[in-house]
Amino acid sequence: MSTTTFSKVRIQLEDFSVTDEIEAMKKVSRNIGGITTFLGTGRELSKGENISKLNFEHYPKMAEKKLEEIREKAIKDYGIIDMSIIHRIGPIDIGENIVLIVAVGEHRKETFVACEWAIAELKRTTPIWKRETTTSGEVWVQDTP
Amino acid sequence: MITLKYFASLKAIAEKEEERLDIENPITIDQLSDIISKTAPKMGIMIREKKVLISVNQEMASVETIIYDGDEVAFLPPFSGGTK
Repeated sequence: MSTTTFSKVRIQLEDFSVTDEIEAMKKVSRNIGGITTFLGTGRELSKGENISKLNFEHYPKMAEKKLEEIREKAIKDYGIIDMSIIHRIGPIDIGENIVLIVAVGEHRKETFVACEWAIAELKRTTPIWKRETTTSGEVWVQDTP
Repeated sequence: MITLKYFASLKAIAEKEEERLDIENPITIDQLSDIISKTAPKMGIMIREKKVLISVNQEMASVETIIYDGDEVAFLPPFSGGTK
């Protein structure tokens, strides 16, 4: 795996710039005609309770491996040109960035489908867990819609 | 030596994040759950009743999976990464 490929899948403590990530993906090919992004952010309300803070934990190595598998399958199965997936861990405030998926392709259709599939697959297969701090205390979120 | 890892909500149930067991092997995860039950009974029940996901060396596994010396076994609650 090349360094360039590896950097397209990242799990990191620090925030990311959506603009910078999109610009980086635009440089992958001159044949890109459509880009779909999914940006997940920390929301304040969950199941009727106010959340004051979020905290994400992951299983190092396995989580990165699963994200890379999602990226490779998205490229192969949906015919997109490339995809990047970035997920933050650690404490995250309301409104902050959590996860970004950028799907780039020749046309919009395949990038929409690949992006939606990738976020659903991430939730289903990637060992990352969310802990919410609410007025009732701290709770690990275990539902996987 | 077998390394066991517990994540998220399971850390409180197992009362630890990680442990290293010097046990006879190969054994199945099901057999391993009996050993875990001695110090963390609830954890042992959750493994046997398939209430947790299991991985061996970062690959998904099951209670029938056989583990060997040097393996890393992780117990994983349902995932909740990303956003709804």
